[in-house]
Amino acid sequence: MADITLRVNGSEKKVSVSPETPLLWVLRDTLELPGTKFGCGAGLCGACTVHVDGNPIRSCSTPVSQVAGKSVTTIEGLGANGLQVLQQAWIAEEVPQCGYCQTGQIMSAAALLAKTPNPTDDQITQAMNGNLCRCGTYERIRKAIHRAAGNGGAR
Amino acid sequence: MSPLSRREFVGAGIAAGAGLVIGFYLPHGNGSRKESFSPNAYLRIAPDNRVTIVVARSEMGQGIRTALPMILAEELEADWKQIEIEQAGASTLFGDQTTGGSASIRTTWDPMRKAGAIAREMLISAAALTWGVPRSACAAESGHIKHAASNRSLTYGELVDKAATLPIPSDVTLKQSKDYKIVGQRLARVDSPAKVRGEAVFGIDLRLPGIKYALLSRCPVIGGKVSGFDDKESKKISGVGYVGKIGDSAVAVVADSVWSAMEGRRTLNVTWDEGANKDLNTAGVMASLKQTASKKGVNLYSAGEPAKVSGRHISAEYSLPFMAHAPMEPGNCTAHFEGSKCELWAPTQVPQDCRDSVATAIGLDPDQVKVNVTLMGGGFGRRLEHDYAVEAALVSKAISSPVKVLWTREDDMRSSTYRPASLHQLSATLDGSGLPVGMTHRIIAPSISGQKGQPVPNGVDPDLPDEAGPVYGIPNYLIEYVLAETPVPLGWMRSVYALQAAFALESFIDELAVAAGKDPLKYRLQLLAKDQDLTYFTTIWHTTRMRGVLQLAAEKAGWDKPLPAGHYRGVACFGCFASYMAEVVEITMENDQPRVHRVVAAVDCGQVVNPSILEQQIQGGIVYGLSNALRAKITIEKGRVVQGNFDDYAPLRMDETPAVEVYAVPSPEAPTGIGEPSVPPIAPALCNAIYAATKKRIRALPILS
Repeated sequence: MADITLRVNGSEKKVSVSPETPLLWVLRDTLELPGTKFGCGAGLCGACTVHVDGNPIRSCSTPVSQVAGKSVTTIEGLGANGLQVLQQAWIAEEVPQCGYCQTGQIMSAAALLAKTPNPTDDQITQAMNGNLCRCGTYERIRKAIHRAAGNGGAR
Repeated sequence: MSPLSRREFVGAGIAAGAGLVIGFYLPHGNGSRKESFSPNAYLRIAPDNRVTIVVARSEMGQGIRTALPMILAEELEADWKQIEIEQAGASTLFGDQTTGGSASIRTTWDPMRKAGAIAREMLISAAALTWGVPRSACAAESGHIKHAASNRSLTYGELVDKAATLPIPSDVTLKQSKDYKIVGQRLARVDSPAKVRGEAVFGIDLRLPGIKYALLSRCPVIGGKVSGFDDKESKKISGVGYVGKIGDSAVAVVADSVWSAMEGRRTLNVTWDEGANKDLNTAGVMASLKQTASKKGVNLYSAGEPAKVSGRHISAEYSLPFMAHAPMEPGNCTAHFEGSKCELWAPTQVPQDCRDSVATAIGLDPDQVKVNVTLMGGGFGRRLEHDYAVEAALVSKAISSPVKVLWTREDDMRSSTYRPASLHQLSATLDGSGLPVGMTHRIIAPSISGQKGQPVPNGVDPDLPDEAGPVYGIPNYLIEYVLAETPVPLGWMRSVYALQAAFALESFIDELAVAAGKDPLKYRLQLLAKDQDLTYFTTIWHTTRMRGVLQLAAEKAGWDKPLPAGHYRGVACFGCFASYMAEVVEITMENDQPRVHRVVAAVDCGQVVNPSILEQQIQGGIVYGLSNALRAKITIEKGRVVQGNFDDYAPLRMDETPAVEVYAVPSPEAPTGIGEPSVPPIAPALCNAIYAATKKRIRALPILS
């Protein structure tokens, strides 16, 4: 067990867990932020995507010790001050079906748009290809990202 | 989370001096149920004008929490903004609550409409009495009853006290589709905002005070049992508490956190009695299917005598592997056993099965078990099983504490139930013009229900009547089912047997078109040219409706227009769950692999309740079907499932996903299934496109094996 301090959604959090605990379980179980999802436990599906210092990472395969002192943003932090443009676009394009992977999808998309405000289709595919969706919402995700980027239906 | 019973509703209404309660008997839409009549409680209207609609089916992404209330609200003439949705748990009030078989809308269309219409008529009566005017002078509109002659209006909330005192009409007139204001509209899904905020509560998100977490070590060999275990290392992990056998074939590791439970399980040493299947492998399973094919089966459909017609003979054999559902949310269930009762929070498609199976497993009566239904991160049929619920209840009983049992992805892949592998033998006799005058389709597959000990009437798996019917009115046509056996655990996976039947049939029809030297679309249209009604068990398939979807898909895809160089098309059509579907696929070949650029889908599913949800379901079904077609394959070695995660069982990602266009044939008919019918045609349509590109016929899935 170790005491680890990290910044989550703007607040400093101190947790006492074994240092190899994946960030995912610290977020979900210790900090009670269940919006970040468990899908594969191996960095293959992206359901657990959060931002660490602004970069999208797979929290299921990131030991919490690696993010000590760093700034973590989860889906709960993304929309803390009302829905983001991105989340509104997700609703407007009717993206979610079961919705389970969508928080991870949105975190990947948010990281993309932060660096690439007007992504091309190829850039979207590259940024989003690590996020699986078994309901098959990929084309709507693409549209929602374009919409959020202000590209409307342009493709 | 669960609805009150009717009696509780009435009681609460009287105590509060308000609250219109609609309780009544409605026949259940599904004729196969034991109870043909059961009390229903779909609706509550409060004096403050809140309209609560109870959804008695489970939301797994298919939009049922939006679509079912739309149907009731339509007849109620409610203001959609008034509506609040309540999820029913396992109940005795709603008949069969199973969410599967693309059945929720088609079997509750009438009960939901009647529920709304009865309430509407009672509210009209209440207003007429209040004003002393004839009922016929009053009309319901957007949450109000209006009296046009005097320009008076009362809200539903203002009328509930009086309406609650009135007799329940036994017969009501339902609206005509031309008057619909809600049904048929692109209303936004009620569950989207919470899902994009991360606030939606899935089964895995459930938290209770003092909750523990459990992972189970299950025998890796199918049918194997625990012979012993050593938990010394597990107990050294901080947070690990109870370790113990659950049933015959699993050991549970319980801890204060999921991670501790995972670590505890990783360090657990179990010795297994591997049992009879320790040498089982896929080749043996397929060989056994082939052997079974020599047996005579039962006729699912029989017209004329295909054996007696003469002409040019063509035959082919197709095969499909086992497949895994792999929903994004791994299996889980939360249970709290407290002596004489047990409460569960289950992401389940079968709340009543969970209740009954848990009751049996822990020695309670079903009415001592309460099952709350959570949101599901996908189901696809995997959550038609109740294994996760029974495990959770047994662990909770063992530790006398609330517990969440969680499956990892590897657990889900390796200890699951699978779409049955199957073998298909097709043969046809072509006349001088190249059209089949006789055709036989032999389906050799194990029975899912049969393996589970459920009835298989006359040797016919009970799913086949919804999933393997005739498409074409071929004069001499036999569909035969040969029941096979396998020790591999079987489950109902999205579109169930229709996927296998459609792959074989629609690939074969393409082979016949090639043999006849005809365009595969025109060949199919020729086979469907005559208006025929094909009776298959209780469904009547109309060639006119199949022709309609085929023509619509072809027209929208521009079948007659030339394609860019290197682009090829394939087409397939199929009917299942009472809906008609046609799909046109456009591909290129890159390094001997297909790249799907565009899919055009046309559907005839009767009245469309919500076009936006319909498009979601069809787009999603096609992506799911493409995953199945391209790579989905579960193999067995030494009695163990080989695949474990999304690397060796790899579904489609964004880079492989085509644009999918969806078109619905306008129809006044009652709605039919939509969750599954888009899945079956995509594999044959794709394989037919690959043939067009390469002249290579794919007769075994997956394509990229």
